[in-house]
Amino acid sequence: MTDNAKPPILVAKGVSKHFGGLVAVNSVDFDVPQGKIVSLIGPNGAGKTTFFNIIAGLYEPTHGSVSFTGVEMIARGRRSWAEPLAWVVPPLIIALIGLIVATAASSTALAAVTILVSLILLISAFLLAIARPPFYLRLLTRLGIFRSARPNDMVVAGLGRTFQNIRLFKTMTARDNVMVGMHSRMRSTPVDAVLRSRRHYREEKDADAKARRWLAFVGLAGKENEVARNLAYGDQRRLEIARALASEPKLLLLDEPTAGMNPSETAEMTTLFGRIRTELGLTILLIEHDMRVVMGVSDRVTVLDHGEKIAEGTSQEVRANPRVIEAYLGKAARA
Amino acid sequence: MTDTRRQSPSGLRAVTGRIGSIAGHHQSLTILVGLALVGALLPLISAVPPFSGFGTQKDWVGGFADAGVFVLLAVGLNVVVGFAGLLDLGYAAFFAIGAYTYAYGASTFTGLQTPFWIMLVAGAVVAAVFGITLGAPTLRLRGDYLAIVTLGFGEIVPVVALNADTYTRGTNGIVGLAQPNAYGLFGITSFPITNPWPWYITVLGIIAIAFMILYRLEDSRLGRAWVAIREDELAAASMGINTISTKLLAFAIGASTSGLGGVFYAAKLGVVDPTQFHFDVSFTVLAMVVLGGMGNIWGVAVGAFVIFEIQHQGLKQLGAFIQSLNVPVFQVPVLGSVDLGGINFLKFQFLLYGLALVAMMLLRPEGLFPSRQRRHELHEVAEESEEAAEDTSEAVKGA
Amino acid sequence: MSRPRPSLGRWRLPVGAVIALVVAFLIILFGTLIGPEGTIQMTLGRGVQLAETQYINALTVGALYALVALGYTMVYGIIELINFAHGDVWMVGSFASWWVITSLGVSGPITDPVWLVIVLILAFSISMVATGVLGVIIERFAYRPLRNAPRLAPLITAIGVSYILENLIENLISDSIVTIPRPIPNTELNLGLFSIGSVNLFVIIMAVALMAALHLFINRTRLGRAMRSTAADRDAAQLMGVNINQTIAVTFFIGSALAGAAGVVQGLYLGYSQFQIGFYGGLRAFTAAVLGGIGNTTGAAIGGFVIGFLEVTCNVFGYGKWSEAFVFATLVLVLVFRPTGILGQQQGDRA
Repeated sequence: MTDNAKPPILVAKGVSKHFGGLVAVNSVDFDVPQGKIVSLIGPNGAGKTTFFNIIAGLYEPTHGSVSFTGVEMIARGRRSWAEPLAWVVPPLIIALIGLIVATAASSTALAAVTILVSLILLISAFLLAIARPPFYLRLLTRLGIFRSARPNDMVVAGLGRTFQNIRLFKTMTARDNVMVGMHSRMRSTPVDAVLRSRRHYREEKDADAKARRWLAFVGLAGKENEVARNLAYGDQRRLEIARALASEPKLLLLDEPTAGMNPSETAEMTTLFGRIRTELGLTILLIEHDMRVVMGVSDRVTVLDHGEKIAEGTSQEVRANPRVIEAYLGKAARA
Repeated sequence: MTDTRRQSPSGLRAVTGRIGSIAGHHQSLTILVGLALVGALLPLISAVPPFSGFGTQKDWVGGFADAGVFVLLAVGLNVVVGFAGLLDLGYAAFFAIGAYTYAYGASTFTGLQTPFWIMLVAGAVVAAVFGITLGAPTLRLRGDYLAIVTLGFGEIVPVVALNADTYTRGTNGIVGLAQPNAYGLFGITSFPITNPWPWYITVLGIIAIAFMILYRLEDSRLGRAWVAIREDELAAASMGINTISTKLLAFAIGASTSGLGGVFYAAKLGVVDPTQFHFDVSFTVLAMVVLGGMGNIWGVAVGAFVIFEIQHQGLKQLGAFIQSLNVPVFQVPVLGSVDLGGINFLKFQFLLYGLALVAMMLLRPEGLFPSRQRRHELHEVAEESEEAAEDTSEAVKGA
Repeated sequence: MSRPRPSLGRWRLPVGAVIALVVAFLIILFGTLIGPEGTIQMTLGRGVQLAETQYINALTVGALYALVALGYTMVYGIIELINFAHGDVWMVGSFASWWVITSLGVSGPITDPVWLVIVLILAFSISMVATGVLGVIIERFAYRPLRNAPRLAPLITAIGVSYILENLIENLISDSIVTIPRPIPNTELNLGLFSIGSVNLFVIIMAVALMAALHLFINRTRLGRAMRSTAADRDAAQLMGVNINQTIAVTFFIGSALAGAAGVVQGLYLGYSQFQIGFYGGLRAFTAAVLGGIGNTTGAAIGGFVIGFLEVTCNVFGYGKWSEAFVFATLVLVLVFRPTGILGQQQGDRA
């Protein structure tokens, strides 16, 4: 996209995903310019959700890479099979050395100290593999065994998402759902919680106020204490968006947010998308299989079919594209 | 099994209801007052007619101190199973690790004499260390794979304790564990074996602290993350929760509570040996959590108390009770003469225990005192409109 | 998006199995040859002979575990329940075979082939039917009422049932080890390359035949199809007219009957039973099911044999009492690299 001076917020290069013999996504190049609403459409089974899940850090792509805000976040390492070794080998070596030293040690006290030290080292090795601090990631990348960012890493980097089949925390209240969304932006530790430190109180109070604001923003004011599963279907969709917004994303991924809605609900929803862009200044990536929904709101539309990108452009261009018509109508004619 | 009348359902629900409604910093006060009340009233049971016949007050209080250990274990496992939704079938391993830590820290076996109060912390830390070591490579597994790994771990720890006899004295176990020292407080220097009262009060204190910590954790960012993971791990990860470290924390906290229990138990008994930590301990504690109502700290504590007393008093007294009824020997067509009084009920205690587990689960699959959230989960499956309506009205009332 | 399936080449599994078997033999041979001090303690010929015996033992024990593991994996596959009572069903099966064999008046090896066949058929059929019915009863009364309850509720009843079965056997039959007479005369059959005990041969053939029959049943019959569809999606299967209750009952019957067969095998091969074998043996068998990929019947069989080999390998290296720890460590290692077991489907969670 040349019409934007700012670099695109998300760039996918040659992304493919194979499930066994099935090619779900086939070397797709794709980017999302900042501040726009971009749509990804295609008939059912075109690989949209798979592609989406790759971007969100859920699946590792078979080929290709994804950069987000200029950082390469997702790529399959050359030796990604070796990743579990990073979990097992350092702890095993430490445990072995500890055991050998302990059995060879002359006094019980020395043996006890060795065992304690090796246990501490053991745990640090595990914690390293879990927490994945930057230097550790750089080391793994250099060795070629880097595995893609996990979903939570993507959220921290600024990506929020919703799900095609609503995945709320059903037994939690609407407010708590939104507060879970804020998890990655909160700083209080378990120690704060146990000691009920001032930070804990302040943060909980802030989070509560923010949660109410987000719920009001999506139109759920007054339903803070409703249990999520008791909300109406449309409200559940809104709650999912509020939950995603609460993580303060730069890019919002919406997976078929109007699925199963009637025309008037759909219209309300598309208004909400517009407000998210204009009032919050977010970039939105929208997935739909229904072309009509995206035509009004999208700055750009990309069409996938059978895992491949078949068209890209404005709504009008895409609508006129013969391959798109074939993909949709051909399908419709057969069905 | 009837000696829990102090904590009859309605009374307990009132207590938990009050806890729920009182603001955060009153919670700890409620726990203290509640436990102090329970702690003061329980020993009175030994004066109430049917129970007074089962043993002296000292026997009862000693039994309650042991029950306290299981309450501690159950609320710890509740963090793992009830909050975070991880199935841990080898929980006794951490209990054993706590107990052996005390045996190494304060016994004639190693010659060390570390004070009990320091060892309490040490036991918790060592158990947490083992919890993290086991959890780190395995917590990425799905629920039931985790179950078998923990079950295996629960079996390995006693096996190691049994076979590494240079370090653990094998089947003989480590004896001569030091008694805790109260440094002259209340005129006690060393906790006596014959007098259960100091033990009882100590375990109540430990439980109170554990309750406060767990309640505060439950009502925090971490607690929400645990519930989110239990409900939908994938969605939780997609909301920015580091699922591995959050689950690991649940595992470590559960393990450390178990370690605390282990240290106390070892000190009270004065002996540790591998047979104390077999799978039935893990299963029993799991049953306590499920029966009490997963996710509800007070409920789980009551579940632990009920099951412990069924196992240690109820089944023993049943035989004596039936004998006391003097049921005449009667004839049954196929079996011949049946002498109920002659049955040794102690022999059948596991049968009765098994029957009790099955019956209680069939009657109340969600546990005696389900947490509000668990009730929702259950009803979600039942999918009955009237119940859903009831839930809604409850939620509105709670608002 | 359809669930991703591992694409095993047509020959990858058999070739892998053959390689694994050869490697296992070499390891056992190595363990037999090397003494405790790290020196070679016997001639190669003698070593090969001993290793062969151990190897056959491993196969036999593995077959036993595989039979029990199948029941775990079938029940898990269909209702996602870890059936803790399954190990005890196996134990009951061994006591059933003890009852059949002793009440037929058998006290030792039978030389008359016709009588031997009759005894074996009776032992297998009665034990299998008895445990099968027991399994169905357990399902009906302990699990079915809880099908929509929280997931851990049936787990607790399973533990309860396990206590009940153990205690009943302990109090009503025997609280110590019972000796089961072995009707099959133990002779070494020389098969050219190697020799094999008649009992071992019978056990292995029996186990493989039962597994093959199960495989055919699951893949070729209407009920088997119902089982597969129920395992894949219970609600959809119900909508398509599958009788869910009946299908689950059949699954329990077959799984428990296989455990009954394993109980008979236990008697034939090891010659004893005890009320507690259910837990420890069950733990091994369940480990086997998980190792192979729970829910996958082929995986359960493979897991059973793997554990049989691990145990025997520990024994030949002189670390028999550590075999449990060794099996557990192997399980953790396998799961770290393949989080769903050897043949388990790699879970691609659909968002």
